[in-house]
Amino acid sequence: MLSELRTSKLSPHKYYDLYMRAFDELRKLEIFFKDEGKHGVSVVDLYELVQHAGNILPRLYLLCTVGSVYIKSKEAPAKEVLKDLVEMCHAVQHPLRGLFVRSYLAQISRDKLPDIGSEYEGDDGTVMDAVEFVLQNFTEMNKLWVRMQHQGPGRVREKQEKERNELRDLVGKNLHVLSQIEGVDLEMYKETVLPRVLEQVVNCKDDLSQYYLMDCIIQVFPDEYHLQTLETLLGACPQLQPTVDIKTVLSRLMDRLSNYAASSADVLPEFLQVEAFGKLSNAIGKVIETQVDMPAVGAITLYVSLLTFTLRVHPDRLDYVDLVLGACVKKLSNIPKLDDSRATKQVVALLSAPLEKYNDIVTALTLSNYPRVMDHLDNGTNKVMAMVIIQSIMKNNTCISTADKVEVLFELIKGLIKDMDGSDVDELDEDDFKDEQNSVARLIHMLYNNEPEEMLKIICTVRKHTMAGGPKRLPFTVPSLVFSALRLVRQLQGQEGDIVGEEVPATPKKIFQLLTQIIEDLSTVPSPELALRLSLQCAEAANDGDLEHVAYEFFTQAFVLYEEEIADSKAQVTAIHLIVGTLQRMNVFGVENRDTLTHKATGYSARLLKKPDQCRAVYACSHLFWVDDQDGVKDGERVLLCLKRALRIANAAQQMANVARGSSGPVTLFVEILNKYLYFFEKGNQQITGAAIQGLIELINTEKQSDSATPDSASDAFLASTMRYIQFQRQKGGIMGEKFESIKL
Amino acid sequence: MVLVLAIGDLHIPHRAPDLPPKFKSMLVPGKIQHIICTGNLCIKEVHDYFKSLCPDLHVTRGECDEDSRYPENKTLTIGQFKLGICHGHQVIPWGDLDSLAMLQRQLDVDILVTGHTHQFKAYKHEGGVVINPGSATGAYSSFTYDVNPSFVLMDIDGLRVVVYVYELIDGEVKVDKIDFKKTSTTRSAH
Repeated sequence: MLSELRTSKLSPHKYYDLYMRAFDELRKLEIFFKDEGKHGVSVVDLYELVQHAGNILPRLYLLCTVGSVYIKSKEAPAKEVLKDLVEMCHAVQHPLRGLFVRSYLAQISRDKLPDIGSEYEGDDGTVMDAVEFVLQNFTEMNKLWVRMQHQGPGRVREKQEKERNELRDLVGKNLHVLSQIEGVDLEMYKETVLPRVLEQVVNCKDDLSQYYLMDCIIQVFPDEYHLQTLETLLGACPQLQPTVDIKTVLSRLMDRLSNYAASSADVLPEFLQVEAFGKLSNAIGKVIETQVDMPAVGAITLYVSLLTFTLRVHPDRLDYVDLVLGACVKKLSNIPKLDDSRATKQVVALLSAPLEKYNDIVTALTLSNYPRVMDHLDNGTNKVMAMVIIQSIMKNNTCISTADKVEVLFELIKGLIKDMDGSDVDELDEDDFKDEQNSVARLIHMLYNNEPEEMLKIICTVRKHTMAGGPKRLPFTVPSLVFSALRLVRQLQGQEGDIVGEEVPATPKKIFQLLTQIIEDLSTVPSPELALRLSLQCAEAANDGDLEHVAYEFFTQAFVLYEEEIADSKAQVTAIHLIVGTLQRMNVFGVENRDTLTHKATGYSARLLKKPDQCRAVYACSHLFWVDDQDGVKDGERVLLCLKRALRIANAAQQMANVARGSSGPVTLFVEILNKYLYFFEKGNQQITGAAIQGLIELINTEKQSDSATPDSASDAFLASTMRYIQFQRQKGGIMGEKFESIKL
Repeated sequence: MVLVLAIGDLHIPHRAPDLPPKFKSMLVPGKIQHIICTGNLCIKEVHDYFKSLCPDLHVTRGECDEDSRYPENKTLTIGQFKLGICHGHQVIPWGDLDSLAMLQRQLDVDILVTGHTHQFKAYKHEGGVVINPGSATGAYSSFTYDVNPSFVLMDIDGLRVVVYVYELIDGEVKVDKIDFKKTSTTRSAH
């Protein structure tokens, strides 16, 4: 049976199956050998006997089996037997067969090593011997394994490499055994085990072996050992074959160490003591330097691992973080713009790591190399990264509170703020562009400081940057900026107390001046409707601050925009609503100014295109002459004049409809005006009498009953509910009831 | 029991970055049957967000809305109640309850939902109820310096509607409720 193992024809996989079968049989044989009584031969003699077996391979298997019994019997020191066996195996130089026979030796010797506390320890066997034995077996096995690659050309090679790979655990097992030996403490690992293993790894000059074994060392031995032997371990890296994927090895080492650091806070001082960061970054630097052909993605992946390590182990050392970023910048400077998508992904990972670690973006803003890394991204990725930054701020509700930090932030996101060189804006998707700009608009609300001086600085900084965005971006960013400024004005108005003698830069007046300029920027777009809305908001704010001239200026601005730039009918109607609505609330104007503005507003209203719009706007203007909570503006006559004018327009509308369509429209407008009559009647406008209201009701009824009337349920319902209202008021009794009694129905 | 969310005047992104997190965690899909929005969202993102909470979304146009195709006003019937929506910048004087009552008569609705002032109001008059859900983000308003984020949830059950108002005051969500009953004789059928 053992002769079968002499074959060269089997693939490693098949050989392994055969081996396992043999192994099982050999177990039984071992039991037989042990039972001296059964065969009557002493184990010493047995040991001698089996060496007469014909062929070398079966001879060795039998020898190892007997050797196992021999050691167990303690008739010879374990170290002697083991030494003998490991050297005897030299006889098999065929890689596959040799690997398996040595593997067999390793398997059966596992529990017989003279380790500390084992029964085999003593004068004739120490841990050193055990270690020596395993190291020797390991070294020989690796040599055999390496030799397997030198057989055959081209495609055959590929197959062979695959087969070789299947055998690697046989070699690696030895390292595993070494890690399990109790007696191998840090001292022994440092002085003996690691140097010897590394020696073999380096000398074998085989990339497959080197990669596997380095990884094995890292996975199999404890992390504390790695920390303490960092220099030695890292020292081997540059000596490895250039084709070895050393970056993956280093990454895995750093990942293990990162996890180790995360496991407990007690281990962190150790990291500092061995200067882990320094050693690792030096090692990486050397590797990148020596492997000139390493593609960008490789180098950056290394830096990502190092950064992850740094963030876990030394999160408070921002200088370390900055160093890593700086090293990456240096590497990126040597290559033209990144066009490898995997490398780009790694750079984004590099930049995102500090954001995720320090939820506070402000920390990331202090890293001087951060913007420099971003500069090396292509425009598209740069914008993606900028969005990541903004989202981080929004998610964590971070407040950026100084103008300097705002400056740094806007430098980082400049890809969103303005057109970058080489970027073709036309090919940008419109929806994406809107999303980007809306994100920037939201971001502006996160830039805030309680101190008015600093807040004003922030506003100016933001303005400076947003202006560079050009007409495409201003409609998105200007509103946010305006409302930020208006909030500051409010804060200052609240604070109006003792203003100390020296110049106080942040005053409402100054901010209103700034606001005027900001709104004027919109003329480059142009965006008159937006500018009008913002002007009116500023007018109201000025009103609250008792600044009559400033408020008047903003109204002028709004009116000019209306006259010169708002031509769309629907937009005009909305604009009128806003103008009249705002003006109605103004209490800062003196009589003259108020008259001028009211006159203008009423004029615009009367000149709207469609008659119904005209009518409604004009009766809305009636409220300009009657303000409930202010003394003085209760001009009953002019109210009535407005309402009458509205009535004339409504009439004209009916006649036009008659001519144009053959029937008059619904009486809705009249009912609306009736309601307005009632409104002012209730408020006590003397000019509106019960008789007038009666007359209007009769007019409506006449219109409804005329031949050309179009029946309309909505206006009927409206009239009905209005009549119900009158009834309701009558039934109230008291002064109101009396008043409404004067309306004869 | 029919739940109707009345919400509006968010002014995202011009005056506010987002809904308060405490409101966002309360507004989950599947709980609300209708959403009534007074306007001034202002961007499509907010529209889509509301749509994800409830597919039956009704929006009227605010003066700052990006989409100018929303109607000026809208009426709908939920159970026994007729509701009307209008942003309110069209009704002058702004916030004037008598003028809003006129609009209510014109639209012929039991409940008028309106906004623009960013101040919560629930007002009953002869013709029905006027509700202003305020601003869901507490956005800047020229009407008042103190805008607390707020929205309204109406529970319509037969002839009764319970109005719950949710306000964010000093970081805490405070709830208040008001009952309104409709007498079936007030309205003639249309």
